Amino acid sequence: MLNASLKELSAALAQKKISSAELTKLFLDRTSRLNRALNAFITVEAEKSLAQAHAADELIAKGEAKALTGIPVAHKDIFVTKGWRTTCGSKMLSNFVSPYDAYVIERFNDAGAVILGKTNMDEFAMGSSSETSFYGPVKNPWNQERVPGGSSGGSTAAIAARMAPAATGTDTGGSIRQPAALSGVSGLKPTYGLVSRYGMIAFASSLDQGGPIAKSAEDLALLLNVMAGFDGRDSTSVERASEDYRRDLDRPLAGLRVGVPKEHFGQGLASDVGKAIEAALAQLDKLGAKRVSISLPNSGLSVPAYYVIAPAEASANLSRFDGVRYGHRAKEYRDLADMYFRTRAEGFGAEVRRRILIGTYVLSHGYYDAYYLKAQKIRRLIADDFVAAFKQCDVIAGPTAPTAAFKIGAKAADPVQMYLNDIYTIPANLAGLPAMSIPCGFGKDDLPVGLHIVGNYFSEAKMLNLAHQYQKATDWHKREPAGIRP
Amino acid sequence: MKWEIVIGLETHAQLSTASKMFSGASTAFGAAPNTQASAVDIALPGVLPVANRGAVERAIRFGLAIGGEKVINRRSVFARKNYFYPDLPKGYQISQYELPIVKGGEIRILTKSGEKAIRLTRAHLEEDTGKSLHEAFRDSSGIDLNRAGVPLLEIVSEPDMRSAEEAVAYARALHFLVVEEIEICDGNMQEGSFRCDANVSVRRPGGPLGTRAEIKNLNSFRFLERAIEFDAKRQIEILEDGGKIVQETRLYDSDRDETRSMRTKEEAHDYRYFPDPDLPPLVVTEEWIERIKQSMPESLRAQRDKIVELGLSIQQANQLTGSRNTSTFALPLLVDAPPKERPILANWILGPLSAKLNEENLDIKDSKVKPDLLRALSKRVSDGTVSNSSAMVEILPAMWNGEGSPDEIIEKRGLKQLSDAGAIEKIVDQVLAANPKQVEDYRAGKEKAFNSLVGQAMKATQGKANPGQVNEILKRKLAG
Repeated sequence: MLNASLKELSAALAQKKISSAELTKLFLDRTSRLNRALNAFITVEAEKSLAQAHAADELIAKGEAKALTGIPVAHKDIFVTKGWRTTCGSKMLSNFVSPYDAYVIERFNDAGAVILGKTNMDEFAMGSSSETSFYGPVKNPWNQERVPGGSSGGSTAAIAARMAPAATGTDTGGSIRQPAALSGVSGLKPTYGLVSRYGMIAFASSLDQGGPIAKSAEDLALLLNVMAGFDGRDSTSVERASEDYRRDLDRPLAGLRVGVPKEHFGQGLASDVGKAIEAALAQLDKLGAKRVSISLPNSGLSVPAYYVIAPAEASANLSRFDGVRYGHRAKEYRDLADMYFRTRAEGFGAEVRRRILIGTYVLSHGYYDAYYLKAQKIRRLIADDFVAAFKQCDVIAGPTAPTAAFKIGAKAADPVQMYLNDIYTIPANLAGLPAMSIPCGFGKDDLPVGLHIVGNYFSEAKMLNLAHQYQKATDWHKREPAGIRP
Repeated sequence: MKWEIVIGLETHAQLSTASKMFSGASTAFGAAPNTQASAVDIALPGVLPVANRGAVERAIRFGLAIGGEKVINRRSVFARKNYFYPDLPKGYQISQYELPIVKGGEIRILTKSGEKAIRLTRAHLEEDTGKSLHEAFRDSSGIDLNRAGVPLLEIVSEPDMRSAEEAVAYARALHFLVVEEIEICDGNMQEGSFRCDANVSVRRPGGPLGTRAEIKNLNSFRFLERAIEFDAKRQIEILEDGGKIVQETRLYDSDRDETRSMRTKEEAHDYRYFPDPDLPPLVVTEEWIERIKQSMPESLRAQRDKIVELGLSIQQANQLTGSRNTSTFALPLLVDAPPKERPILANWILGPLSAKLNEENLDIKDSKVKPDLLRALSKRVSDGTVSNSSAMVEILPAMWNGEGSPDEIIEKRGLKQLSDAGAIEKIVDQVLAANPKQVEDYRAGKEKAFNSLVGQAMKATQGKANPGQVNEILKRKLAG
């Protein structure tokens, strides 16, 4: 059951081979054994989960099961969840119980899924290692001295360690794909606007996008069917006909043009990662895909542009955490200004404070044009690069991250090294394109490597087709970490 | 040495939508604190703004009224204005900065020296903040977020006014426009629905603009006038003493009738405006503008001209179109009535009806006498059933009190006037016989005696005789 696909789990539930309560308990038990070591979950509330599971069992008994009825799903603690503590990995929200559900939570509830718990993450999704969480770092199930990637590292670690069959994440600069790669699981960041951001605590509004994390592309397709859809409460939500993302899974890859950007194979790419990616590309060749060399000439500018735009938006988005209406408030203060200073200095960790300062700086009078406007221009150039590239190819493939999982603490003191981890993933966020990462082998020290796939706008079905065909031909996504020390 | 006062106004007009600028919460005034603040208004984690279509349409209406299609930006941008304050839940206010929805236009005002156009710089959409209540609590402040997110149109004028009087004329004209002409704001200044800030500076005529002071908290036309007069005088005194004006924000204190410094330019915030990534650019299509144009009410000036064409005086026409609701009440009524009833109806509306409305503090749209009943009554005057005076003095008040239709009241109270020529002649004969002295006086040329005779005849019929007929018969008899 722990290794079953979502389709298999649904079938088992429908055939009464297992009840949702039993299935939920199975994962809750595993979580209670492993979470002390891995710290993948911030909040687990077995009673709440089991109550949902029992309700799901009643629906199944009545023959009223929907897409995910009875299936446990772990949610990144960035999605506000009614009646659940929602912390966003921060001390600031350590006491915050949401009075409403995020759109994504609503959709999973409507589809009958069971909330398994809230997963750990970098504080306010700011990080690439899941180390900046106020609730402690997440450990990589493949090697507990290593990071699982971030910021959705709690969700990817939970999937890798089989603590959950499915999870949600969010991706602002790679926060689904990079941890998926480093944790050896599959993750998809949809086209910007496909999944409503309502109730998803904002980091950088123009870049944030929620998406699914699971073991396989097939599972991702099913989860995306649930998550995608127009929501009038999010003005950036896209209104378009709904689609079945599973529809093209079984299509052969013959003739599919796979663009390989030369800029993503240069300096900075670890050789073990490069080798695994090369093997994956060769596998795609074998499946009939046509490899095309492409160029994304401005991709080198994506990290600096991102580290202007994202902090700028974050500096305003995080202003609401002021100690006035909810969340942390300093115990003692002299006056209003002192209350703000102390509350925010105590409530935010170092990385969040750093980004708020950067964002405040780049928006300041006299600097706005030089930083913010310039970064917006670069953003346009990067989007234009993709427009040109997609004239030559149908999808783009390359490495998700330059290295496999690094050691906990290794990059904590050097933010620029940490930021460079997202060098291949950030361009898709800046352009608003869909992108995903799937396991494609192992590098040094038996650490997983992820293959990055970027598609044109709203071409999720095509990307999932490629990923599924690859996963039918390989078994990297079925490997599981051995010997997790509980 | 002469000084010239230069004034520009920034006006916040609350748009009369039922829900807020970016949330579905109600905008109704006076609810218990924080009962009209939704998740979006209190800025819970994860919430997002959605622009209110009705507010945008009101802004477009404004643009059409002050400059036509050309002043409406087809693409405008919401921006975040960042600062911390407890009544600003998000830590930023959503406003428009570089690209406002309306750019340009003008408001025409009447001054002593004739009509003058005051140019508008811009008008932009934004959300209001909440309210801090510092007095109501000991050792702490209360925050009421009912007002947070209420839609505002900030209307900025060029520094085109040259006296407090002109500034007041502009503010009044703007108020009339948004409240009565295009109906986008309820205009209630006590409730803060229409608030002015004044930028005031002084200079030598023809010289460069002086340093300005921005005066806040002007919630009546009188305060606006007083504050400008006070501050201009203050600035002139400083300059004449050889001093310099510092750019600052000042607060008008109506109790002391003075302005006081709030903060200087050095203390001003850097608001770090940037486009709000939660809201795509606001795109206004030609079709949308056209639809709004079609839905605009006819201008009150045009309605005034119509009333003049119906044969009423300019003065009456002005009064009847002094508010949208009065015009809406009066114009169809007057158009519908035959010419000879129009002056009667106009007099009633401006006279007894208006008095009743004032007495009970009602708006004309809530009048207890509806236009159709008023028309039914004017018919009875014009066909001679009742006299104008009994209609005004007795029937109209009875209708106001809900005693029924004019015919029912005439019947019940026996107010039908005597129009039978034979019966009136008889009474006139009796009056003449009983008053030989007055008859003699009249024939000797004393006009007053005639009035006395009319009075006697009316009295004898308990006021029911048609006064016109009485006049005519009396004259004939006296001549004979």
